[in-house]
Amino acid sequence: MSGIDKNLLNPEKWISLHADYLFNYTISRLNDRDLAKDLVQDTFFSALKAKDNFKGEASERTWLISILKRKIVDHYRKINSAKGKAEVRMNFYADGDREGEWIEECVPTDWNGEIEKKIENEELGVVLEKCISNLPEKYAMVFRMKTMHQIETEDICNELEITSSNFWVIIHRARTQLRKCMEENWFKK
Amino acid sequence: MKITCDEATAICDKNQYKEASLWEKIKLGIHLFFCRKCGKYSKQNAIMTKCYEIHKCSESTHELGLCDEEKKEWEEKLKAKI
Repeated sequence: MSGIDKNLLNPEKWISLHADYLFNYTISRLNDRDLAKDLVQDTFFSALKAKDNFKGEASERTWLISILKRKIVDHYRKINSAKGKAEVRMNFYADGDREGEWIEECVPTDWNGEIEKKIENEELGVVLEKCISNLPEKYAMVFRMKTMHQIETEDICNELEITSSNFWVIIHRARTQLRKCMEENWFKK
Repeated sequence: MKITCDEATAICDKNQYKEASLWEKIKLGIHLFFCRKCGKYSKQNAIMTKCYEIHKCSESTHELGLCDEEKKEWEEKLKAKI
């Protein structure tokens, strides 16, 4: 009778039952269609290989998501290490004697007076998207998760295995850079 | 009590998500009282938050799901391995 309450795996139906869900889950974190496809496909293959480890305690979907989550955090680690560090980070605040003060050319300047009109303009989305894509990949990823998809801070930190202070540094760097980018490309006087 | 512009704007960013602590908000308030540069950042930051708000709705529309062909292809690949 032990099997009665247990969830079973049904790989033949994985694609039709879970592919869309897993794909949307990934897209909300990575915003890269090709990469999302790769990760989801990988997830199904890994799941198939590991199907004997499935104990039936969680639902099939929860189990698949847990495998996908590993893939996402592995990707995050990758962009956080070699490639992430090689990316040039823009500095907005000085070092040395004036540590933490604004660097002259980064000081916010006055914006065009017709702010409201500019915000409602449809093209804003295009410029914004471009500015977000210009961010170092890991900033863009964390920023999107938090701001565009409203995932809770705690959940993001758990998922990506980062501390909350690390998280807020990333958000801060992302927003400083985005403000500057939008100033130059959209709000300029 | 004294914080740098870097720290002040970091708190300001955190506050856009309503997650800054009371103590952080006090430190930010004092800094903004004296610093016009960060004052401008803070004002513009609120505008940026509005932009993100508006854009977040439009972003969901271009989240195109998988198409049937893609799923079919996967199904075949997966079946081959079962």
